[in-house]
Amino acid sequence: MDVTRASRLTRLAGIAGLLLVVLLALAPWWAGRADLRLLGEVFLYMALATLWNLLAGYAGLVSVGQQAYVGLGGYLLFALTILAGLPVPLALPLVLAAGAVVAVPVALLIFRLRGAYFAIGSWVIAEVFRLVAAQVAALGGGSGASLPPAVVRTLAEGRDLREAMAYWLAFGLATAVLAAAVAILRSRHGLALTAIRDNELAAKSLGIDIWRTKLLVYVAVGALTALAGALIFLQKLRISPDAAFAVNDWTAFVIFIVVIGGIGTLEGPILGTLVFFALRETMADLGTIYLIALGAVAIAVMLKAPQGLWGLIRARTGAELFPLSRKVTGIPSGS
Amino acid sequence: MAEPLLAIDRLDVFHGDFQALYGVEAEIAAGEMVAVIGANGAGKTTLLSALAGLLPRPAAAIRWQGSPIGALRADRVARLGIALVPEGRLLFPSLTIEENLIIGGRMGRRGPWGLEAVYRLFPILRERRAFAPAQLSGGQQQMAAIGRALMANPALILIDEISLGLAPVVVRQLYEVLPAIVGEGMAAIVVEQDTSRALSVSRRFYCLQEGRVALAGASGSVTREAIGRAYFGV
Repeated sequence: MDVTRASRLTRLAGIAGLLLVVLLALAPWWAGRADLRLLGEVFLYMALATLWNLLAGYAGLVSVGQQAYVGLGGYLLFALTILAGLPVPLALPLVLAAGAVVAVPVALLIFRLRGAYFAIGSWVIAEVFRLVAAQVAALGGGSGASLPPAVVRTLAEGRDLREAMAYWLAFGLATAVLAAAVAILRSRHGLALTAIRDNELAAKSLGIDIWRTKLLVYVAVGALTALAGALIFLQKLRISPDAAFAVNDWTAFVIFIVVIGGIGTLEGPILGTLVFFALRETMADLGTIYLIALGAVAIAVMLKAPQGLWGLIRARTGAELFPLSRKVTGIPSGS
Repeated sequence: MAEPLLAIDRLDVFHGDFQALYGVEAEIAAGEMVAVIGANGAGKTTLLSALAGLLPRPAAAIRWQGSPIGALRADRVARLGIALVPEGRLLFPSLTIEENLIIGGRMGRRGPWGLEAVYRLFPILRERRAFAPAQLSGGQQQMAAIGRALMANPALILIDEISLGLAPVVVRQLYEVLPAIVGEGMAAIVVEQDTSRALSVSRRFYCLQEGRVALAGASGSVTREAIGRAYFGV
Protein backbone atom coordinates (compact mmCIF):
# COMPACT_ATOMS: atom_id res chain seq x y z
CA MET A 1 0.00 0.00 0.00
CA ASP A 2 1.28 3.41 -0.87
CA VAL A 3 0.08 6.95 -0.30
CA THR A 4 0.46 9.40 -3.15
CA ARG A 5 -0.93 12.71 -4.29
CA ALA A 6 -0.67 11.97 -7.98
CA SER A 7 -3.23 9.98 -9.94
CA ARG A 8 -3.44 8.96 -13.58
CA LEU A 9 -5.59 12.05 -14.14
CA THR A 10 -3.22 14.48 -12.43
CA ARG A 11 -0.34 13.00 -14.47
CA LEU A 12 -2.31 13.27 -17.70
CA ALA A 13 -3.36 16.79 -16.70
CA GLY A 14 0.30 17.55 -16.04
CA ILE A 15 1.34 16.47 -19.55
CA ALA A 16 -1.64 18.20 -21.18
CA GLY A 17 -0.94 21.28 -19.05
CA LEU A 18 2.68 21.37 -20.20
CA LEU A 19 1.61 21.14 -23.87
CA LEU A 20 -0.98 23.87 -23.25
CA VAL A 21 1.64 26.11 -21.64
CA VAL A 22 3.92 25.73 -24.67
CA LEU A 23 1.02 26.35 -27.06
CA LEU A 24 -0.10 29.46 -25.15
CA ALA A 25 3.43 30.79 -24.85
CA LEU A 26 3.60 30.70 -28.65
CA ALA A 27 0.28 32.59 -28.97
CA PRO A 28 1.86 35.77 -30.42
CA TRP A 29 2.74 33.70 -33.49
CA TRP A 30 -0.65 32.18 -34.07
CA ALA A 31 -3.17 34.62 -32.57
CA GLY A 32 -4.32 37.91 -34.05
CA ARG A 33 -3.78 41.15 -32.18
CA ALA A 34 -7.34 41.32 -30.80
CA ASP A 35 -7.31 37.67 -29.72
CA LEU A 36 -3.94 38.17 -28.07
CA ARG A 37 -5.30 41.08 -26.04
CA LEU A 38 -8.32 39.03 -25.02
CA LEU A 39 -6.11 36.11 -23.98
CA GLY A 40 -3.94 38.47 -21.96
CA GLU A 41 -7.01 39.77 -20.18
CA VAL A 42 -8.19 36.20 -19.51
CA PHE A 43 -4.87 35.41 -17.84
CA LEU A 44 -4.91 38.55 -15.71
CA TYR A 45 -8.41 37.67 -14.48
CA MET A 46 -7.28 34.10 -13.87
CA ALA A 47 -4.45 35.44 -11.72
CA LEU A 48 -6.79 37.78 -9.80
CA ALA A 49 -9.29 34.97 -9.24
CA THR A 50 -6.65 32.50 -8.06
CA LEU A 51 -5.29 35.12 -5.66
CA TRP A 52 -8.72 35.99 -4.27
CA ASN A 53 -9.41 32.28 -3.89
CA LEU A 54 -6.23 31.86 -1.82
CA LEU A 55 -7.40 34.71 0.37
CA ALA A 56 -11.06 33.80 0.79
CA GLY A 57 -11.16 30.10 -0.04
CA TYR A 58 -8.11 29.03 1.93
CA ALA A 59 -7.21 31.71 4.48
CA GLY A 60 -10.84 32.60 5.20
CA LEU A 61 -10.19 36.31 4.55
CA VAL A 62 -13.24 37.39 2.55
CA SER A 63 -12.01 40.69 1.19
CA VAL A 64 -14.16 42.83 -1.09
CA GLY A 65 -11.40 45.40 -1.33
CA GLN A 66 -8.79 43.77 -3.53
CA GLN A 67 -9.34 46.59 -6.02
CA ALA A 68 -7.19 48.58 -3.58
CA TYR A 69 -4.17 46.56 -4.75
CA VAL A 70 -5.16 46.49 -8.43
CA GLY A 71 -5.44 50.27 -8.37
CA LEU A 72 -2.31 50.66 -6.27
CA GLY A 73 -0.32 48.56 -8.74
CA GLY A 74 -1.66 50.50 -11.70
CA TYR A 75 -0.95 53.87 -10.15
CA LEU A 76 2.50 52.80 -8.95
CA LEU A 77 3.40 51.71 -12.49
CA PHE A 78 2.33 55.09 -13.84
CA ALA A 79 4.11 56.99 -11.06
CA LEU A 80 7.35 55.02 -11.34
CA THR A 81 7.53 55.34 -15.12
CA ILE A 82 6.12 58.85 -15.70
CA LEU A 83 7.26 60.65 -12.54
CA ALA A 84 10.41 58.71 -11.62
CA GLY A 85 11.36 57.97 -15.24
CA LEU A 86 12.01 54.26 -14.69
CA PRO A 87 11.71 51.83 -17.60
CA VAL A 88 8.73 49.44 -17.36
CA PRO A 89 10.83 46.26 -16.80
CA LEU A 90 12.40 47.89 -13.74
CA ALA A 91 9.13 49.35 -12.44
CA LEU A 92 7.27 46.01 -12.33
CA PRO A 93 9.39 44.32 -9.62
CA LEU A 94 9.18 47.53 -7.60
CA VAL A 95 5.38 47.41 -7.84
CA LEU A 96 5.47 43.86 -6.49
CA ALA A 97 7.65 44.90 -3.54
CA ALA A 98 5.60 48.04 -2.84
CA GLY A 99 2.40 45.96 -2.85
CA ALA A 100 3.85 43.83 -0.07
CA VAL A 101 5.05 46.86 1.90
CA VAL A 102 1.63 48.52 1.73
CA ALA A 103 -0.20 45.28 2.59
CA VAL A 104 1.48 44.99 6.01
CA PRO A 105 0.04 48.12 7.70
CA VAL A 106 -3.32 47.55 5.98
CA ALA A 107 -3.38 44.03 7.42
CA LEU A 108 -2.52 45.33 10.89
CA LEU A 109 -5.53 47.60 10.59
CA ILE A 110 -8.20 45.31 9.14
CA PHE A 111 -7.14 42.07 10.84
CA ARG A 112 -8.77 43.54 13.93
CA LEU A 113 -12.10 43.02 12.18
CA ARG A 114 -13.86 39.68 11.70
CA GLY A 115 -16.25 38.24 9.13
CA ALA A 116 -18.59 40.80 7.59
CA TYR A 117 -16.76 43.64 9.34
CA PHE A 118 -13.50 42.54 7.73
CA ALA A 119 -15.17 42.56 4.30
CA ILE A 120 -16.57 46.07 4.82
CA GLY A 121 -13.28 47.28 6.27
CA SER A 122 -11.37 46.05 3.24
CA TRP A 123 -13.77 47.92 0.97
CA VAL A 124 -13.36 51.11 3.01
CA ILE A 125 -9.58 50.83 2.63
CA ALA A 126 -9.99 50.55 -1.15
CA GLU A 127 -12.16 53.68 -1.17
CA VAL A 128 -9.51 55.54 0.82
CA PHE A 129 -6.91 54.47 -1.75
CA ARG A 130 -9.17 55.71 -4.56
CA LEU A 131 -9.64 59.10 -2.89
CA VAL A 132 -5.89 59.41 -2.33
CA ALA A 133 -5.18 58.57 -5.98
CA ALA A 134 -7.62 61.31 -7.04
CA GLN A 135 -5.53 63.80 -5.07
CA VAL A 136 -2.33 63.12 -7.03
CA ALA A 137 -2.32 66.10 -9.40
CA ALA A 138 0.84 64.90 -11.17
CA LEU A 139 -1.13 61.87 -12.38
CA GLY A 140 -4.18 63.84 -13.49
CA GLY A 141 -6.09 63.87 -10.21
CA GLY A 142 -9.65 62.67 -10.61
CA SER A 143 -9.52 62.51 -14.41
CA GLY A 144 -6.48 60.25 -14.63
CA ALA A 145 -3.48 59.97 -16.96
CA SER A 146 -2.21 58.15 -20.04
CA LEU A 147 1.03 56.25 -20.41
CA PRO A 148 3.20 58.33 -22.83
CA PRO A 149 4.55 56.48 -25.89
CA ALA A 150 8.13 57.04 -24.67
CA VAL A 151 7.36 55.01 -21.54
CA VAL A 152 5.59 52.28 -23.47
CA ARG A 153 8.63 51.96 -25.72
CA THR A 154 10.78 51.03 -22.71
CA LEU A 155 8.91 47.73 -22.67
CA ALA A 156 9.84 46.92 -26.26
CA GLU A 157 10.43 48.65 -29.60
CA GLY A 158 7.78 48.02 -32.21
CA ARG A 159 4.09 47.47 -31.64
CA ASP A 160 3.97 43.72 -32.36
CA LEU A 161 6.74 42.91 -29.93
CA ARG A 162 5.15 45.19 -27.33
CA GLU A 163 1.80 43.45 -27.64
CA ALA A 164 3.59 40.12 -27.37
CA MET A 165 5.51 41.30 -24.29
CA ALA A 166 2.31 42.48 -22.58
CA TYR A 167 0.74 39.10 -23.35
CA TRP A 168 3.74 37.15 -22.06
CA LEU A 169 3.75 39.15 -18.86
CA ALA A 170 0.06 38.40 -18.28
CA PHE A 171 0.53 34.74 -19.19
CA GLY A 172 3.65 34.52 -17.04
CA LEU A 173 1.88 36.08 -14.05
CA ALA A 174 -1.07 33.67 -14.30
CA THR A 175 1.26 30.67 -14.58
CA ALA A 176 3.47 31.91 -11.75
CA VAL A 177 0.46 32.59 -9.49
CA LEU A 178 -0.94 29.11 -10.15
CA ALA A 179 2.44 27.47 -9.58
CA ALA A 180 2.88 29.47 -6.37
CA ALA A 181 -0.60 28.46 -5.18
CA VAL A 182 0.16 24.77 -5.80
CA ALA A 183 3.51 25.14 -4.03
CA ILE A 184 1.97 26.92 -1.02
CA LEU A 185 -0.86 24.40 -0.68
CA ARG A 186 1.51 21.43 -0.92
CA SER A 187 3.87 22.93 1.65
CA ARG A 188 3.47 22.73 5.41
CA HIS A 189 1.93 26.20 5.27
CA GLY A 190 -0.75 24.78 2.98
CA LEU A 191 -1.61 22.15 5.55
CA ALA A 192 -1.88 24.87 8.20
CA LEU A 193 -4.01 27.02 5.88
CA THR A 194 -6.40 24.16 5.21
CA ALA A 195 -6.55 23.39 8.93
CA ILE A 196 -7.35 27.03 9.73
CA ARG A 197 -10.08 27.07 7.09
CA ASP A 198 -11.56 23.85 8.53
CA ASN A 199 -11.48 24.87 12.19
CA GLU A 200 -9.70 27.87 13.66
CA LEU A 201 -10.16 26.75 17.24
CA ALA A 202 -8.56 23.35 16.70
CA ALA A 203 -5.77 24.90 14.63
CA LYS A 204 -5.01 27.39 17.41
CA SER A 205 -4.87 24.75 20.09
CA LEU A 206 -2.31 22.83 18.01
CA GLY A 207 0.07 25.78 18.18
CA ILE A 208 -0.61 27.17 14.71
CA ASP A 209 -0.13 30.93 14.70
CA ILE A 210 -3.30 31.82 12.84
CA TRP A 211 -2.57 35.52 12.73
CA ARG A 212 0.88 35.08 11.21
CA THR A 213 -0.27 32.50 8.66
CA LYS A 214 -3.08 34.79 7.52
CA LEU A 215 -0.72 37.78 7.41
CA LEU A 216 1.70 35.88 5.15
CA VAL A 217 -1.09 34.98 2.74
CA TYR A 218 -2.58 38.47 2.80
CA VAL A 219 0.76 40.16 2.07
CA ALA A 220 1.72 37.72 -0.70
CA VAL A 221 -1.72 38.06 -2.31
CA GLY A 222 -1.58 41.87 -1.97
CA ALA A 223 1.82 42.05 -3.67
CA LEU A 224 0.81 39.79 -6.56
CA THR A 225 -2.53 41.58 -6.97
CA ALA A 226 -0.63 44.89 -7.25
CA LEU A 227 1.54 43.35 -9.96
CA ALA A 228 -1.59 42.15 -11.76
CA GLY A 229 -2.94 45.71 -11.50
CA ALA A 230 0.24 47.11 -13.06
CA LEU A 231 -0.06 44.67 -15.98
CA ILE A 232 -3.77 45.44 -16.44
CA PHE A 233 -3.09 49.16 -16.82
CA LEU A 234 0.02 48.53 -18.88
CA GLN A 235 -2.35 46.87 -21.34
CA LYS A 236 -4.99 49.61 -21.06
CA LEU A 237 -2.39 52.45 -21.31
CA ARG A 238 -4.76 54.75 -19.43
CA ILE A 239 -5.62 55.01 -15.74
CA SER A 240 -8.16 56.94 -13.67
CA PRO A 241 -9.16 56.54 -10.02
CA ASP A 242 -12.61 55.20 -10.92
CA ALA A 243 -11.24 52.60 -13.33
CA ALA A 244 -8.30 51.63 -11.14
CA PHE A 245 -10.28 51.13 -7.94
CA ALA A 246 -13.50 49.77 -9.52
CA VAL A 247 -15.17 47.37 -7.12
CA ASN A 248 -17.19 45.86 -9.98
CA ASP A 249 -14.30 45.08 -12.31
CA TRP A 250 -11.68 43.90 -9.82
CA THR A 251 -13.71 42.39 -7.01
CA ALA A 252 -17.34 41.64 -7.98
CA PHE A 253 -16.39 39.88 -11.24
CA VAL A 254 -13.53 38.10 -9.51
CA ILE A 255 -15.84 36.84 -6.74
CA PHE A 256 -18.31 35.76 -9.43
CA ILE A 257 -15.54 33.78 -11.16
CA VAL A 258 -14.39 32.05 -7.98
CA VAL A 259 -17.87 31.29 -6.68
CA ILE A 260 -19.26 29.80 -9.90
CA GLY A 261 -15.99 27.96 -10.57
CA GLY A 262 -15.69 26.53 -7.08
CA ILE A 263 -14.20 28.28 -4.05
CA GLY A 264 -11.44 26.49 -2.16
CA THR A 265 -10.25 24.56 -5.22
CA LEU A 266 -7.45 25.51 -7.60
CA GLU A 267 -9.35 24.31 -10.66
CA GLY A 268 -12.43 26.40 -9.80
CA PRO A 269 -11.08 29.87 -10.59
CA ILE A 270 -9.66 28.63 -13.92
CA LEU A 271 -12.98 27.13 -14.96
CA GLY A 272 -14.81 30.20 -13.63
CA THR A 273 -12.62 32.54 -15.69
CA LEU A 274 -13.42 30.59 -18.86
CA VAL A 275 -17.16 30.68 -18.11
CA PHE A 276 -17.01 34.40 -17.29
CA PHE A 277 -15.26 35.28 -20.54
CA ALA A 278 -17.54 33.01 -22.57
CA LEU A 279 -20.53 34.91 -21.14
CA ARG A 280 -18.88 38.28 -21.61
CA GLU A 281 -17.80 37.71 -25.19
CA THR A 282 -21.23 36.49 -26.24
CA MET A 283 -23.42 38.88 -24.23
CA ALA A 284 -21.48 42.05 -23.44
CA ASP A 285 -23.23 43.91 -26.27
CA LEU A 286 -26.57 43.45 -24.53
CA GLY A 287 -25.68 46.03 -21.86
CA THR A 288 -27.64 45.69 -18.65
CA ILE A 289 -29.08 42.34 -19.69
CA TYR A 290 -25.54 40.97 -19.58
CA LEU A 291 -25.21 41.91 -15.92
CA ILE A 292 -28.64 40.47 -15.16
CA ALA A 293 -27.55 37.24 -16.88
CA LEU A 294 -24.37 37.13 -14.79
CA GLY A 295 -26.46 37.50 -11.64
CA ALA A 296 -28.87 34.78 -12.80
CA VAL A 297 -25.97 32.40 -13.51
CA ALA A 298 -24.49 33.12 -10.09
CA ILE A 299 -27.82 32.42 -8.36
CA ALA A 300 -28.40 29.24 -10.38
CA VAL A 301 -24.93 27.91 -9.57
CA MET A 302 -25.27 28.74 -5.88
CA LEU A 303 -28.62 26.90 -5.72
CA LYS A 304 -27.72 23.89 -7.86
CA ALA A 305 -23.99 23.57 -7.15
CA PRO A 306 -22.99 25.36 -3.93
CA GLN A 307 -19.45 24.00 -4.39
CA GLY A 308 -19.28 25.64 -7.82
CA LEU A 309 -19.04 24.03 -11.23
CA TRP A 310 -15.76 22.33 -10.40
CA GLY A 311 -17.25 21.03 -7.17
CA LEU A 312 -20.06 19.51 -9.23
CA ILE A 313 -17.62 17.88 -11.66
CA ARG A 314 -15.44 16.59 -8.85
CA ALA A 315 -18.42 15.14 -6.97
CA ARG A 316 -19.60 13.33 -10.12
CA THR A 317 -16.24 12.07 -11.33
CA GLY A 318 -13.78 12.44 -8.44
CA ALA A 319 -11.53 14.31 -10.87
CA GLU A 320 -8.67 16.45 -9.65
CA LEU A 321 -6.24 18.18 -11.99
CA PHE A 322 -3.72 19.43 -9.45
CA PRO A 323 -2.01 16.80 -7.28
CA LEU A 324 -2.99 18.18 -3.86
CA SER A 325 -4.94 15.61 -1.87
CA ARG A 326 -3.34 12.33 -0.83
CA LYS A 327 -4.71 9.05 -2.04
CA VAL A 328 -4.01 5.44 -1.19
CA THR A 329 -2.88 3.27 -4.06
CA GLY A 330 -2.01 -0.36 -4.39
CA ILE A 331 -4.24 -1.78 -1.64
CA PRO A 332 -4.20 -5.50 -2.31
CA SER A 333 -7.70 -6.72 -3.05
CA GLY A 334 -9.38 -8.48 -0.17
CA SER A 335 -7.53 -6.55 2.55
CA MET B 1 7.13 20.10 47.61
CA ALA B 2 8.66 20.96 44.25
CA GLU B 3 6.99 23.44 41.90
CA PRO B 4 3.99 21.73 40.24
CA LEU B 5 3.88 21.47 36.46
CA LEU B 6 0.68 23.47 36.33
CA ALA B 7 -0.88 25.46 39.16
CA ILE B 8 -4.33 27.04 39.02
CA ASP B 9 -4.95 29.77 41.55
CA ARG B 10 -8.32 31.53 42.05
CA LEU B 11 -9.38 31.06 38.43
CA ASP B 12 -12.53 32.96 37.42
CA VAL B 13 -13.75 32.47 33.85
CA PHE B 14 -16.62 34.23 32.14
CA HIS B 15 -18.62 33.46 28.99
CA GLY B 16 -19.63 37.04 28.28
CA ASP B 17 -21.64 38.15 31.31
CA PHE B 18 -22.08 34.64 32.61
CA GLN B 19 -19.52 33.48 35.15
CA ALA B 20 -18.66 29.82 34.51
CA LEU B 21 -15.82 29.24 36.98
CA TYR B 22 -15.47 30.68 40.51
CA GLY B 23 -12.05 30.74 42.14
CA VAL B 24 -10.95 27.31 40.97
CA GLU B 25 -7.78 26.04 42.67
CA ALA B 26 -5.97 22.99 41.36
CA GLU B 27 -2.54 21.71 40.43
CA ILE B 28 -0.93 18.84 38.62
CA ALA B 29 2.57 17.44 38.89
CA ALA B 30 4.72 16.19 36.01
CA GLY B 31 3.70 12.70 34.90
CA GLU B 32 0.53 12.72 37.02
CA MET B 33 -2.93 11.73 35.80
CA VAL B 34 -5.76 13.82 37.22
CA ALA B 35 -9.46 13.40 36.55
CA VAL B 36 -11.95 16.27 36.44
CA ILE B 37 -15.48 15.06 37.06
CA GLY B 38 -18.79 16.78 37.50
CA ALA B 39 -22.31 17.03 36.11
CA ASN B 40 -23.26 18.66 32.82
CA GLY B 41 -22.63 22.40 32.95
CA ALA B 42 -20.35 22.15 36.00
CA GLY B 43 -17.57 23.92 34.08
CA LYS B 44 -15.29 21.02 33.11
CA THR B 45 -14.94 21.95 29.44
CA THR B 46 -14.64 25.60 30.39
CA LEU B 47 -11.74 24.73 32.70
CA LEU B 48 -9.86 22.87 29.96
CA SER B 49 -10.56 25.60 27.38
CA ALA B 50 -9.23 28.22 29.79
CA LEU B 51 -6.10 26.15 30.45
CA ALA B 52 -5.56 25.77 26.69
CA GLY B 53 -5.83 29.55 26.26
CA LEU B 54 -9.06 29.48 24.27
CA LEU B 55 -10.99 31.64 26.76
CA PRO B 56 -10.05 34.93 28.41
CA ARG B 57 -8.78 34.35 31.94
CA PRO B 58 -6.84 36.31 34.60
CA ALA B 59 -3.16 36.51 33.65
CA ALA B 60 -1.83 35.33 37.00
CA ALA B 61 -4.37 32.59 37.66
CA ILE B 62 -2.55 29.89 35.67
CA ARG B 63 1.12 29.15 36.27
CA TRP B 64 3.16 26.79 34.10
CA GLN B 65 6.36 25.60 35.80
CA GLY B 66 6.18 28.70 37.97
CA SER B 67 5.54 31.37 35.33
CA PRO B 68 2.12 32.90 34.68
CA ILE B 69 0.64 31.94 31.29
CA GLY B 70 -2.87 33.36 31.66
CA ALA B 71 -2.22 36.14 29.17
CA LEU B 72 -0.80 33.91 26.41
CA ARG B 73 -2.59 33.21 23.13
CA ALA B 74 -3.72 29.63 22.54
CA ASP B 75 -1.01 28.86 19.98
CA ARG B 76 1.67 30.04 22.45
CA VAL B 77 0.20 27.90 25.21
CA ALA B 78 0.27 24.92 22.86
CA ARG B 79 3.94 25.51 22.10
CA LEU B 80 4.79 25.44 25.80
CA GLY B 81 3.76 21.79 25.74
CA ILE B 82 0.07 21.82 26.64
CA ALA B 83 -2.01 19.87 24.11
CA LEU B 84 -5.81 19.78 24.03
CA VAL B 85 -7.98 16.96 22.76
CA PRO B 86 -11.09 19.08 22.31
CA GLU B 87 -14.66 18.09 23.00
CA GLY B 88 -16.17 16.84 19.74
CA ARG B 89 -12.64 15.98 18.54
CA LEU B 90 -12.55 18.76 15.93
CA LEU B 91 -10.47 16.88 13.38
CA PHE B 92 -9.85 18.79 10.16
CA PRO B 93 -12.42 17.38 7.71
CA SER B 94 -10.58 18.21 4.49
CA LEU B 95 -7.30 16.68 5.62
CA THR B 96 -6.58 12.96 5.72
CA ILE B 97 -6.00 11.20 9.04
CA GLU B 98 -2.25 11.23 8.43
CA GLU B 99 -2.30 14.93 7.58
CA ASN B 100 -4.28 15.56 10.76
CA LEU B 101 -1.55 13.80 12.71
CA ILE B 102 1.26 15.58 10.85
CA ILE B 103 -0.20 18.98 11.60
CA GLY B 104 -0.41 18.06 15.27
CA GLY B 105 3.34 17.54 15.31
CA ARG B 106 4.17 20.61 13.29
CA MET B 107 4.65 23.05 16.12
CA GLY B 108 5.46 20.38 18.60
CA ARG B 109 8.51 19.64 20.70
CA ARG B 110 10.97 16.77 20.37
CA GLY B 111 10.09 13.54 22.08
CA PRO B 112 9.09 9.94 21.69
CA TRP B 113 5.82 10.60 19.84
CA GLY B 114 5.79 10.63 16.05
CA LEU B 115 3.72 9.07 13.29
CA GLU B 116 5.24 5.61 13.93
CA ALA B 117 4.61 5.74 17.68
CA VAL B 118 1.00 6.89 17.21
CA TYR B 119 0.40 4.14 14.65
CA ARG B 120 1.85 1.60 17.09
CA LEU B 121 -0.51 2.86 19.81
CA PHE B 122 -3.55 2.85 17.48
CA PRO B 123 -2.82 0.38 14.64
CA ILE B 124 -6.23 1.04 13.08
CA LEU B 125 -5.10 4.59 12.26
CA ARG B 126 -2.27 3.23 10.11
CA GLU B 127 -4.84 1.36 8.04
CA ARG B 128 -7.05 4.41 7.81
CA ARG B 129 -4.31 6.98 7.40
CA ALA B 130 -5.35 8.10 3.91
CA PHE B 131 -9.05 8.37 4.80
CA ALA B 132 -10.99 11.52 5.59
CA PRO B 133 -12.05 11.84 9.27
CA ALA B 134 -15.72 11.52 8.30
CA GLN B 135 -15.02 8.00 7.00
CA LEU B 136 -13.93 6.82 10.46
CA SER B 137 -16.06 5.63 13.36
CA GLY B 138 -16.41 7.85 16.40
CA GLY B 139 -13.92 5.79 18.36
CA GLN B 140 -11.36 5.91 15.55
CA GLN B 141 -11.85 9.67 15.33
CA GLN B 142 -11.21 9.97 19.06
CA MET B 143 -8.01 7.93 18.60
CA ALA B 144 -6.96 10.29 15.79
CA ALA B 145 -7.67 13.32 17.99
CA ILE B 146 -5.60 11.86 20.83
CA GLY B 147 -2.87 10.91 18.36
CA ARG B 148 -2.87 14.42 16.92
CA ALA B 149 -2.33 15.87 20.40
CA LEU B 150 0.39 13.32 21.22
CA MET B 151 2.28 14.24 18.03
CA ALA B 152 3.23 17.54 19.69
CA ASN B 153 5.00 15.64 22.49
CA PRO B 154 3.29 17.73 25.15
CA ALA B 155 4.26 17.74 28.81
CA LEU B 156 0.56 17.92 29.66
CA ILE B 157 -2.32 16.55 27.64
CA LEU B 158 -5.87 17.78 28.28
CA ILE B 159 -8.50 15.27 27.17
CA ASP B 160 -12.06 16.57 27.10
CA GLU B 161 -14.98 14.12 27.33
CA ILE B 162 -12.87 11.18 26.30
CA SER B 163 -15.73 8.67 26.18
CA LEU B 164 -18.66 10.86 25.14
CA GLY B 165 -20.81 9.13 22.54
CA LEU B 166 -18.53 6.13 22.13
CA ALA B 167 -19.39 2.43 22.35
CA PRO B 168 -18.41 0.81 25.68
CA VAL B 169 -15.90 -1.52 23.99
CA VAL B 170 -14.14 1.48 22.42
CA VAL B 171 -14.14 3.34 25.72
CA ARG B 172 -12.45 0.34 27.36
CA GLN B 173 -9.82 0.31 24.59
CA LEU B 174 -9.10 4.00 25.06
CA TYR B 175 -8.74 3.64 28.82
CA GLU B 176 -6.36 0.73 28.30
CA VAL B 177 -3.92 2.94 26.39
CA LEU B 178 -4.07 5.90 28.78
CA PRO B 179 -1.50 4.46 31.22
CA ALA B 180 0.87 3.90 28.27
CA ILE B 181 0.64 7.60 27.46
CA VAL B 182 1.24 8.77 31.00
CA GLY B 183 3.93 6.11 31.36
CA GLU B 184 6.06 8.15 28.98
CA GLY B 185 6.25 10.89 31.62
CA MET B 186 3.42 13.00 30.26
CA ALA B 187 0.89 14.49 32.67
CA ALA B 188 -2.79 14.22 31.78
CA ILE B 189 -6.00 15.93 32.83
CA VAL B 190 -8.97 13.82 31.79
CA VAL B 191 -12.48 15.24 31.82
CA GLU B 192 -15.03 12.49 32.18
CA GLN B 193 -18.73 12.01 32.92
CA ASP B 194 -18.26 8.37 33.88
CA THR B 195 -17.11 8.90 37.46
CA SER B 196 -16.09 5.39 38.41
CA ARG B 197 -13.99 4.95 35.27
CA ALA B 198 -12.32 8.33 35.82
CA LEU B 199 -11.51 7.48 39.42
CA SER B 200 -10.15 4.04 38.56
CA VAL B 201 -7.61 5.39 36.11
CA SER B 202 -6.49 8.61 37.82
CA ARG B 203 -4.34 9.26 40.89
CA ARG B 204 -6.23 12.34 42.06
CA PHE B 205 -9.49 14.00 41.09
CA TYR B 206 -11.30 17.33 41.21
CA CYS B 207 -15.08 17.35 41.26
CA LEU B 208 -16.64 20.52 39.88
CA GLN B 209 -20.11 21.70 40.78
CA GLU B 210 -21.61 24.86 39.31
CA GLY B 211 -18.20 26.32 38.56
CA ARG B 212 -16.59 25.59 41.93
CA VAL B 213 -14.34 22.78 43.14
CA ALA B 214 -16.74 20.88 45.40
CA LEU B 215 -14.40 18.05 46.29
CA ALA B 216 -10.81 17.07 45.57
CA GLY B 217 -8.57 14.28 46.75
CA ALA B 218 -6.95 10.95 46.04
CA SER B 219 -9.02 8.86 43.61
CA GLY B 220 -8.47 5.61 45.54
CA SER B 221 -9.78 6.69 48.94
CA VAL B 222 -12.91 8.69 48.18
CA THR B 223 -16.30 7.23 49.04
CA ARG B 224 -19.22 6.95 46.66
CA GLU B 225 -21.37 9.02 49.05
CA ALA B 226 -18.90 11.89 49.16
CA ILE B 227 -18.71 11.95 45.37
CA GLY B 228 -22.50 11.86 45.12
CA ARG B 229 -22.81 14.86 47.44
CA ALA B 230 -20.11 16.84 45.59
CA TYR B 231 -21.55 15.88 42.21
CA PHE B 232 -25.13 16.88 42.83
CA GLY B 233 -24.71 19.33 45.71
CA VAL B 234 -27.27 17.55 47.91
